[in-house]
Amino acid sequence: MAENTATAEEVKEIISEPLFSKKNRKLVTDPLDGDNPITVQVLGICSALAITAQMKPALVMGVAVVFVMCCSSVVTSLIRNTIPSSIRIVVQLAVIATFVIVVNEILLAFVYDVAKDLGAFIGLIITNCIVMGRLEAFATGNKPWPSFLDALGNAFGYAIILLIVAFFRELLGAGSLFGFKVFEAIGLDYQGNGLMLLPAGAAIVVGLLIWAQRSWNGYVEEA
Amino acid sequence: MELINLGVRSIFVDNMIFAYFLGMCSYLAVSKNVKTAVGLGAAVTFVLTLTVPLNWAIYNFILKKGSLAWVSPELAGLDLSFLTLIIFISVIAAFVQLLEMLIEKFSPALYGALGIFLPLIAVNCSILGGALFMLGRPYGLAEATVFGLGSGIGWLLAVVALAAIREKIKYSQVPAPMRGLGITFVLVGLMSFGFLSFLGFTL
Repeated sequence: MAENTATAEEVKEIISEPLFSKKNRKLVTDPLDGDNPITVQVLGICSALAITAQMKPALVMGVAVVFVMCCSSVVTSLIRNTIPSSIRIVVQLAVIATFVIVVNEILLAFVYDVAKDLGAFIGLIITNCIVMGRLEAFATGNKPWPSFLDALGNAFGYAIILLIVAFFRELLGAGSLFGFKVFEAIGLDYQGNGLMLLPAGAAIVVGLLIWAQRSWNGYVEEA
Repeated sequence: MELINLGVRSIFVDNMIFAYFLGMCSYLAVSKNVKTAVGLGAAVTFVLTLTVPLNWAIYNFILKKGSLAWVSPELAGLDLSFLTLIIFISVIAAFVQLLEMLIEKFSPALYGALGIFLPLIAVNCSILGGALFMLGRPYGLAEATVFGLGSGIGWLLAVVALAAIREKIKYSQVPAPMRGLGITFVLVGLMSFGFLSFLGFTL
C-alpha cells in the first residue's frame, strides 16, 4: 500500500505540469494570431491561395490539414529519438504521406465531389510547408502532448485564414456562401466579380488580409 | 508542333505560380534577390524535368490499374494507385538527395551557390504538383517531359521576375504594416493578373 502511494507521488511529480498549463495554452493560441502560420511564418501558402474560391473545399481542406498535422506530429514526436537526423526528412515525409493517403481515401469514399474539386491539392498536403515546418521545428524536439497542441494550434491558425479568404472570395466572386446565394436571399441583385475567383484575386485578398492583421496587432516586417 | 504548343502553354498559360500557386513558400522566401532566385529556379527546372517523366513511368507501368500486365497476366487486375502519393514523394525525395550528392561531387561551386535550397526542393509543392497534375491528363512520356520542363521554366521566370521587382521596391514608401509579405502578395496578384493575358494563347 505504502509502495503504491509512493509511485503515485512519483508519477505526480513527473507530470507536475498540468495538461493545460499556461505554456501549453500558449502553444495553441499563439499560432491563431501573433504567430499565424500563413500570415506570419509564411508557410502553406499554396493551398491557401489555390482552393479558397469557395467555402466548402476550404472547410474540407482545413479539416484535412488539422487531422494530418495532429496525427503526424504525435507520431513523429513519439519516434523522435529513434530517427537518425540524416534521414529525418524522408521519415517525416513518409509519416505525413501515410496520413494524407488515409485522408484521401476517406474523402474519396464519403464526399466524392469535394474530393474531385480538391483534386491534386489533397496530395499536396504532403508538401504543405506547415506540416513539414512544424514537424521539423517543434515535433522533433518535444514530447507528444506539446507537439499535439502545437500542431492543433497551427492547423487551426491555417484553417481560420483559409476560411476568411474563402469567405471573401466566394461572397464577392459568386455572391454566395457554401453555395447559398446570399445576395439573392436578401433581395439584392449582385453581379459576381470574376476577378475574385481567379488566382489573382486570391493573392490580393491575402495581401490585404495581412495588411489588416498587421495594422491591428502592430507587427512590422523589416523588408 | 503539339509539343512546342504544350511547352509554351505550361510556361505561360498554366504557369505553376500564377495559375496554380504551387511552390509559393519557397517562391516567397527566396525572391529577395535575383541571384539566388535564378539558382533555385534552375534547380527546380532541372528536378521537374526529370521527376515528372520518371513519376509518369512509375505510375503508368507499375501503379495504374492493370498496368502490371507486362510483368505477368496474373497481375493485370492489381490496382496500386492508392500508393501513388507515397511513391511519388519518395521518388522526389530520393532524386533530390541523389542530385545533391552528384552536384557536391562534380561541381562544388554550384553546390555552394545552391546551398540550402537543394534539399528544400523536395518539399516544393510545384514538383509534387507537376507529378500529380500529369495524372489527370492524357500525356505520353514525351508530353510529360515537355510539361515538366515547361512548368520548371515558368517557375523560374516567375521567381526571377518577382525578385527583380522586390529588389526595386525596397526604395518605395510602403505603408508599415504592408511591408514585406503584404505588398509581396499584392504584387503576385497583379503579376498573375498580367499573366492572364496569355489565356487562350496557342501557336
